[in-house]
Amino acid sequence: MIHSLFLINNAGDIFLEKHWKSVISRSVCDYFFEAQEKAMEPDNVPPVIRTPHHYLINIYRDKIFFVSVIQTEVPPLFVIEFLHRVAEMFQDYFGDCSEVAIKDNVVIVYELLEEMLDNGFPLATESNILKELIKPPTILRSMVNSITGSSNVGETLPTGQLSTVPWRRAGVKYTNNEAYFDVVEEIDAILDKSGTTVFAEIQGVIDACVKLSGMPDLTLSFMNPRLLDDVSFHPCVRFKRWESERVLSFIPPDGNFRLMSYHVNAQNLVAIPVYVRQNISFFESGSSGRLDITLGPKQTMGKTVECVVVTVHMPKVVLNANLTATQGNYTYDPVTKILVWDIGKLNQQKLPNLKGSLSLQSGAPKPEENPSLNIDLKIQQLAISGLKVNRLDMYGEKYKPFKGVKYVTKVFR
Amino acid sequence: MLESSKESLKLEAMKRVVGLIAKGKNASELFPAVVKNVANKNLELKKLVYVYLVRYAEEQQDLALLSISTFQRALKDPNQLIRASALRVLSSIRVPIIVPIMMLAIKEAASDLSPYVRKTAAHAIQKLYSLDADQKDHLIEVIEKLLKDKSTLVAGSVVMAFEEVCPDRIDLIHRNYRKLCNLLMDVEEWGQVVIISMLTRYARTQFISPNEMLRDTNSEKAFYESDEEKRKSAEETKPYAMDPDHRLLLRSTKPLLQSRNTAVVMSVAQLYWHLAPKHEVNIITKSLVRLLRSHREVQYIVLQNIATMSIQRKGMFEPFMKSFYVRSTDATHIKTLKLEILTNLANEANISTVLREFQTYVKSQDKAFAAATIQAIGRCATNISEITDTCLNGLVLLLSNRDETVVAESVVVIRKLLQTQPSEHSDIIKHMAKLFDNITVPMARASILWLIGEYCEHVPKIAPDVLRKMAKTFHNEEDIVKLQTVSLAAKLYLTNSKQTKLLTQYILNLGKYDQNYDIRDRTRFIRQLIVPSERGGALSKYARRILLAPKPAPVLQSAFKDRDRFQLGTLSHTLNSKATGYLELSDWPPMAPDQSVRNVEVAEAVSRSTLAFDSDEGPKNGHSCEAGSRSGSGSGSSEESSSEASESDSESSSDSDSGTEQKKQSEAKPAQKVRRSSGDGLVSVCDRVCVCVCQQLSSPVFVPVHTYELLHRMTGKGLAAQYHFSRQPCIYDDRMISVQLTFSNNGDHTLENIHISEKTSAGQNIHCFSPIECLEPEKSVTVSMGVDFNDSTQAASFQLCTKAEGFNVSIQPAVGELLLPVTMSEQDFSKEQGKLQGMNESSATIAMTPESITSQPLHRKVVNMANVGVVPSGQNNVHRYQITKLVSSGALVLVCVVQKDSGAQLTVNTEKTIIGSMLLRELQTVLSAP
Repeated sequence: MIHSLFLINNAGDIFLEKHWKSVISRSVCDYFFEAQEKAMEPDNVPPVIRTPHHYLINIYRDKIFFVSVIQTEVPPLFVIEFLHRVAEMFQDYFGDCSEVAIKDNVVIVYELLEEMLDNGFPLATESNILKELIKPPTILRSMVNSITGSSNVGETLPTGQLSTVPWRRAGVKYTNNEAYFDVVEEIDAILDKSGTTVFAEIQGVIDACVKLSGMPDLTLSFMNPRLLDDVSFHPCVRFKRWESERVLSFIPPDGNFRLMSYHVNAQNLVAIPVYVRQNISFFESGSSGRLDITLGPKQTMGKTVECVVVTVHMPKVVLNANLTATQGNYTYDPVTKILVWDIGKLNQQKLPNLKGSLSLQSGAPKPEENPSLNIDLKIQQLAISGLKVNRLDMYGEKYKPFKGVKYVTKVFR
Repeated sequence: MLESSKESLKLEAMKRVVGLIAKGKNASELFPAVVKNVANKNLELKKLVYVYLVRYAEEQQDLALLSISTFQRALKDPNQLIRASALRVLSSIRVPIIVPIMMLAIKEAASDLSPYVRKTAAHAIQKLYSLDADQKDHLIEVIEKLLKDKSTLVAGSVVMAFEEVCPDRIDLIHRNYRKLCNLLMDVEEWGQVVIISMLTRYARTQFISPNEMLRDTNSEKAFYESDEEKRKSAEETKPYAMDPDHRLLLRSTKPLLQSRNTAVVMSVAQLYWHLAPKHEVNIITKSLVRLLRSHREVQYIVLQNIATMSIQRKGMFEPFMKSFYVRSTDATHIKTLKLEILTNLANEANISTVLREFQTYVKSQDKAFAAATIQAIGRCATNISEITDTCLNGLVLLLSNRDETVVAESVVVIRKLLQTQPSEHSDIIKHMAKLFDNITVPMARASILWLIGEYCEHVPKIAPDVLRKMAKTFHNEEDIVKLQTVSLAAKLYLTNSKQTKLLTQYILNLGKYDQNYDIRDRTRFIRQLIVPSERGGALSKYARRILLAPKPAPVLQSAFKDRDRFQLGTLSHTLNSKATGYLELSDWPPMAPDQSVRNVEVAEAVSRSTLAFDSDEGPKNGHSCEAGSRSGSGSGSSEESSSEASESDSESSSDSDSGTEQKKQSEAKPAQKVRRSSGDGLVSVCDRVCVCVCQQLSSPVFVPVHTYELLHRMTGKGLAAQYHFSRQPCIYDDRMISVQLTFSNNGDHTLENIHISEKTSAGQNIHCFSPIECLEPEKSVTVSMGVDFNDSTQAASFQLCTKAEGFNVSIQPAVGELLLPVTMSEQDFSKEQGKLQGMNESSATIAMTPESITSQPLHRKVVNMANVGVVPSGQNNVHRYQITKLVSSGALVLVCVVQKDSGAQLTVNTEKTIIGSMLLRELQTVLSAP
């Protein structure tokens, strides 16, 4: 299926290649470069490119293009999903998925890729299994290895690969048994000029960090499962029990994983936690404009709004911005034309405000459209949909684990 | 460093080499040094060497062969991880010479106890197929066997191999269909994708369309039809009942919509789209919309598929229309796709919201997107007639936009819209003519000129004026504008020649001397056409009809209109052209094919002997084919090997429903492999068993069939009989040898009741075949029987009878056929050999030609002669150990061929000295023959 993989950085250097079948010359990437040039921005590169003999399917992540070469018909999502898994695996192993990290660990990368695909067909993609086959690099281990000469390749077959719970390895032991669940919700909303909601939805995920010994069987129940409209699960969750009882019953993988993601069915009832008053205008005469943005909290249920960042994509004609912020600080990048205003915590009493003038390219016609504002924010200890975890029970093991649930609401776009 | 004795140094060196490979630098000159380390004990070093080997083996084939023996040895390793990785590397080395070795290894691994190894074997099938497509038939056989596997681990990989090697052999799926559906939930996610897409194709050929019945069966029409047709249509109208298997597929895939893997969700979605009844398709909507939250690339593919779906069924996505609203941060291609979907979804009810959205988009800074929006507005306007006017007015407003592309696009769209209903819109044309001076984009100018020319009768005053302006600026215009000017002039000349005669001639003169030959051509053509001259003029009568013919309005339609000819979610669909290896989704069959092919008989006797191991498999997924012959397998013996033997045998000889096929199979491939009982539950137990039971029966090797004549057709009065040794463990008794008899009727009358009447020879136990009721002329039939030869080469004679006559015949066994192969490790072999020294050993030296000493021909010769198994050997000069077991007594026979300079040393060790010496003699003659 997947014939070869090329990793290409932003500058257009192929810094890693791997072939699972016969070798394909890297000149095939020229077609990719061509498309990249045409697309101007890395985001605009079409994911599927056709060349005379091959098909190139690529993803762009963390400033790296993962370009895979395909020769025959295959569902494109299959490849895309796999490439994302590869990127996630790198992140998992090396902390970040950057060119430097990959170059530093090229041998491990190669071993990983070798295990993940056999003849182009995914073999082992569960991080728990891979970590048993190839241990992730740590400073301590690399020191021990260099002294003792031992390797970081596992000696045994990962038990998970053969058991009925392929995602969990056997013989896990912890002195502190803990299970943490993060309920993270994201609001995704489009507001029009006057501040009315055009479209809003809540998407949530439950990320778990489970460090429990043995083979625990967990059951997580919600106070109000009916809120959840559309869900997708980690393979460990027993779907039948969810359908009948609306509880999550599962044997968790070891370590960090995404237990479920969901969509909340509340199309128009989404409470937007902040409001914005904005006024951006450009003068017909003279090359200048005025900008005035004020943010205020709204329906936050008594919690403070944090990490507020306002991003404005300015029209091309805006040369510079001369603004004053009552709170936080702003930067304007004249090259990418992006204005970023980092506010931080939102204060109830004193509303943050950004005001000032914009200087425009002289002679150029004034932009006919006002730029759109993107607002990112975060609210701790609140799931905006009102979802609440009721309880977590554990069966199958004797000890008493420490349990914790954290709620976060985010707005990111 | 690679030559160093210290392992850490070697490892370091290897890491650097791999670094080189990763960068794409050539490291092939290091090949000899690297290959030396292939047998290294250090696991990491080994892995790196494997990486290297797989990369460069194709270029350095000869050197790569050096490593093969290491892998062959590793294939027998007790650790399944090592077995699997050896097979992986062995099959990844793309060296054509080792195809037979690979084939052998795959066959062996396909019956391995560890599902992990079997999975690897399934992968290796594809590799071997791409290396040597001639092996297809053998590989299909292995695939067939692996398809029966019940392990979830194997399912995905083997279906992948199936898709690659023999996607058209749909008959292999029948029996495994239900099992695959049931297992689907537990298969790993990548396997799920492959299985689902395979099952989609399968279901399209096997079930009838669930939507077919919704088509109205017009009863009135039936009234006029003949009786027969009426009956047929009556049959059609009977309520549609979905095949339970079809339902099973839909039911078992539904939970997978909740998968975290986007590819799985998409494949389930396409399965529902292609297979489910209309009212059930809607459940996929929500999941697909969920995928839009995923990565950019995923969005792109999903949106494409939604775009195709939304053309056919608007209702599906309408409630989620807001999810397709464009965000300013989206990439351009995603924006255009969303636009496409919004346009498809627009209808009378929601058009106002859609248009309001569009108005925002038009102002977007991304001009390509703004232009696309205008086109979308145009499409909405044509699709929904109520809003055409609103759209037109909106577009006209856009004409004053400052951006050229936007204006140009609006003009083009307006032109298309006006063409559909020109009469009411003369004011718009006037307005456009007014704007004409300000518009600079050539395409837009040309469009306006064309519009004015086409509808010059509606704007009689303005048209000549525009032409006048154009005449002034003619030489500065772009080619496309000049062409339209010429056309305009011609049209005006015909309708309003009084005012424009001079102007037209002026323009035609200008065009005559233009640099562009297209324009010169057009000018000349127009001149001949419209200006009456003395010579021609035949055409000028029709000039009016030619130039002012009503033109059909262009159809604005979606670019995704014809995409539904491809299966959703495929690469071909994404590219909108057929990708290599794309498999067409067939249409629904008009009548449902036989359902019973999928039936799996549940045999009660299933694995009574193996029940101890696989209690968890239960009878539900029963061994489909044991039913028939199980009864004859004697007492369920507790010894593992024998139970396996009987199982495998019954498997081979009882494809009960397809008699002809079975015959074909048994003739072509006499040596069916021994199938070890498989299943998840077994693994842990059997790994241990594997170690302690060293004498497992191993698979016989494929050899050409030697047929011997039993009865000549002359003596048999038309009945001819031949026999051969099938080399399978006998199903009737452990001590018997199975013999395949082929009867053919060469006479001209039917022979009846062929049977064995009396067994003359003493001390030999014969298990007869069941009597053949009748044999038509020119037909033949194959039966199998078992004979216990008591480990001697004495012939077994008996009387073969037909209804009319009896013939005395005898079966003469060759010494090589008295043996059964068993598996043994090299150490065990040496141990056993040590026990059978002295008078139990007989040996001889044979002179051989050098080329026949190489392992392959040597091996083949030995195998042709005797039914032996192979013991992997580490030493290169010790070529083949052959090891066998005498059938009746169970005594071991060890054969060893050691290669010498100009010949070979042949050694046979066995308790039965007579057999030993006979075997030696026979082997000697076979091997020394050229």
